[in-house]
Amino acid sequence: MNDMTPINPEVQASYNGKPFKVSRRGFLGASLGALVLGVTLPAARTRALAAAPASVSPGSRVAAFLEIRPDSTVLFRSAFIEGGQGIFTAMAQIVGEELDVDPANFVVEGAPPGPDYLLTGGGRFTGGSMSVRMSYDTMRKLGASARQMLLQAAATKLGVPASELSTEPGRVVHATSGRTVAYGEIADDAAKLPLPADVALRDRANFRWIGKPFARLDARDKSTGKAKYSIDQTIDGMLYAAVQHSPRLGGEPEALQNEADVQGMPGVHSIHRLPGAVAVVANSWWRARRAVEALQVNWTEAPSTASHPMPADFSSDAHMAKLKATSGDGVAFETEGDAAGTLAGAARVIEAVYDAPYLVHGQLEPPSALARWNEDGSLELWIPNQAPEMFQADAAKVAGIAPEKVIIHSPMLGGFFGRHFLYQTANPYPQAILLAKAVGRPIKLLWSREEEFLRDALRPMAAVRFRGGLDASGMPVALSAVAVGEGPTGRWFGRQPNKVDSSAVEGIAGKVYAIPNRRVGQIHVDDPAIIGFWRSVGHSMNDFFYETFFDEMADAGQQDPYELRLRLLAGSPRHKTLLEAVADLSGGWKRGPFAAEDGTRRARGVAMASPFGSEVATIAEVSLRDGEIAVHDVWVAIDPGSIVNPAIIEAQMNSAVALGLSSALLEEVVYVNGVPQARNYDGYQILTPDRMPRVHVRIVESGAPMGGIGEPGLPGVPPAVANALSVLAGERVRSLPMSKFDLKEVDG
Amino acid sequence: MELTINGTKHQVDIEPDTPLLWVLRDELAMTGTKYGCGLAQCGACTVLVDGQATRSCVTPVESVAGADIMTIEAVADDPVGQKVVEAWVANQVAQCGYCQSGQVMAATALLKQTPKPTDEDIAGAMVNLCRCGTYNAIAAAVRDAAQA
Ligand code: FES
Ligand code: FES
Repeated sequence: MNDMTPINPEVQASYNGKPFKVSRRGFLGASLGALVLGVTLPAARTRALAAAPASVSPGSRVAAFLEIRPDSTVLFRSAFIEGGQGIFTAMAQIVGEELDVDPANFVVEGAPPGPDYLLTGGGRFTGGSMSVRMSYDTMRKLGASARQMLLQAAATKLGVPASELSTEPGRVVHATSGRTVAYGEIADDAAKLPLPADVALRDRANFRWIGKPFARLDARDKSTGKAKYSIDQTIDGMLYAAVQHSPRLGGEPEALQNEADVQGMPGVHSIHRLPGAVAVVANSWWRARRAVEALQVNWTEAPSTASHPMPADFSSDAHMAKLKATSGDGVAFETEGDAAGTLAGAARVIEAVYDAPYLVHGQLEPPSALARWNEDGSLELWIPNQAPEMFQADAAKVAGIAPEKVIIHSPMLGGFFGRHFLYQTANPYPQAILLAKAVGRPIKLLWSREEEFLRDALRPMAAVRFRGGLDASGMPVALSAVAVGEGPTGRWFGRQPNKVDSSAVEGIAGKVYAIPNRRVGQIHVDDPAIIGFWRSVGHSMNDFFYETFFDEMADAGQQDPYELRLRLLAGSPRHKTLLEAVADLSGGWKRGPFAAEDGTRRARGVAMASPFGSEVATIAEVSLRDGEIAVHDVWVAIDPGSIVNPAIIEAQMNSAVALGLSSALLEEVVYVNGVPQARNYDGYQILTPDRMPRVHVRIVESGAPMGGIGEPGLPGVPPAVANALSVLAGERVRSLPMSKFDLKEVDG
Repeated sequence: MELTINGTKHQVDIEPDTPLLWVLRDELAMTGTKYGCGLAQCGACTVLVDGQATRSCVTPVESVAGADIMTIEAVADDPVGQKVVEAWVANQVAQCGYCQSGQVMAATALLKQTPKPTDEDIAGAMVNLCRCGTYNAIAAAVRDAAQA
């Protein structure tokens, strides 16, 4: 607890090309302990972490997370990064509940790298909709431990036994004498106490903040332009940089035909060759960008040693054709009963091939990196990231220094959806590190939207072959699915041959319907593109494939798709309840087509998904207007087991519906001759406000283990819409996005 | 050239075709106005120029010399802007928040010109992109701000 020596670093500006001097001057001596640091500065945190015991039990050291300030407000360092999903507010609710501090009195920021924060299965990342569910118990204990220490300190101060004390938000109360002590007054003493071995947690029935629609802590700052993202960071003496990447990954810059002209452009400081890119450093970003885009660069062909070079003849169409033409059953991932045998003897067999395209993340904040080399040889980075330790390790390699000499700041993210994981060729910080070294000044590098759409790590392309077997009564008795393609988990965390990457099959495997004979297999085909995690990962397309094929089976067996789902969930009360909940929320299941009050002809589709530990049922209502698909309402019932903030869950469901619908209707990255055809939102359309449906949410708390929130709302949306559309169009939708279907002839 | 931003005059010495966005962000350190696309697609860069919602990423700075420019930094000082901000907070609109400077400015421009907008007016004016899908909350907040 006393390992955080307060430090006040004075950062000296340098305009003469020298490294920056960081003077470290201890201040205020011993009167301020770890819990009462009035100012939190990066150097202090670095020191604190350097001093952390060799073996830290993540999430246990109060001082690594909490600072109670003299005014009794709390600075909390979150292991998870805020990017719109509301995690900072959720953390304040969870910790505040046990600490007994109103979450509104929390200031939350992203924690630096360090062993205390490895709360995601021994590592640390913000993703997989894991933040709350992986840390809930630990963070409650942390808050309770800090409260216990404050009680102890107050007991000493008041000269009464701790057993006579209780707390009210922000203060300790001695009921018999009527005396109170504000947390801020005793935080210093509390900081010196050992961590309590055992703490009691608050009874769920007495929760004041957990489970309540607590207002987001960042709502006002984000409504007034005060929230600071990576793109907004500035430091004295910095120069700006812009890059032009090789159009195809793997190419290196050769001759710069007009280097002298560009060097003479306004504000240009210097021109640089980087791995796979050229850069201009200038005194404003606009000047840097203008200059770098004026550079006429000859790019080499990728050397044979390049990893993932983009072939010159690569096209997404041809790759899709290849996936679809790849035959075989692949490696089995999930097997139940005898799918092949049952299919062979089934009364009826239906077959279909489904596919989904590449997608970009399209988060609205383009990636950036601010890099500064300090005089002591350390490197300081302000970068959008979902995994500080992984970025720290990689940055250290790029910089050629030890990881502990890399100081990572993780500002709020302007959206992420999986964009800010460590994808080596998709992150700007290696370029910023090299440029800052080369010019001896801090560098702020920003990728233009065009460079971002060229280098983003894409949701992989996929195709799935289904075969469904029905018995004589039209009930599905066998299902075989073969997914063809590559999953992002295998790409980035290592793929074992003959083992299926679960991120390629999740959402086809792990389905809840009682179809007795099933086999889900995968055929790995290398994806030539740089692929990554996209909100809800494999589920984002696999549940579309499966749930839409499910309706094909229902139609073939002449069964209502909702009723068939209910029948196949008869042995699974949690899912049956959820499906009935969404039907109820929508006013009772009706498939249509039916005439709406405005005279349009409408239909509804239903889908279920089991993503990231939560269960979701979704219904969408759709009509056609002049060949355009209009989605009017989406009803989402989600069962995450138990919850922390229903208002944030509702917001996340809205967000997931928007992104799911966007992907279903509009989005597609098209490659021709090795280059993406769209480099901005003009060519890559995303959901606009006029296409946004009403969203209705019901939260079902079944009490099952806590599941995720950020991603689970998405997977059900594309299939619910596709299933509704199929009713109107009279034909199945087996390929995304739906905007490529000509629906003009269909009667709206 | 002289710019009037949030009622304050600023002298800037810059190529006249520089987009207003980058003058605000890099020359004047007003980073509340955001860059999303640079191509008049997303609206993250929306500011008010003589009361009109304007996409500053494609607005040459010389074209607004002498005009009255208002940015998100001053929105809460404006009576209409203040109402919009309160409605945004009350409706908990922001998720990642990155688009919201532009959204708030677009709403402020709308309500300055059309204090009692119809749903069609709102749909016509609130066309900025939001990747987090806050569109329903935005529409609700604009309606609330108009009632306030
Ligand atoms: S940044 Fe100006 S419209 Fe997107
Ligand atoms: S709130 Fe994230 S882009 Fe709109």
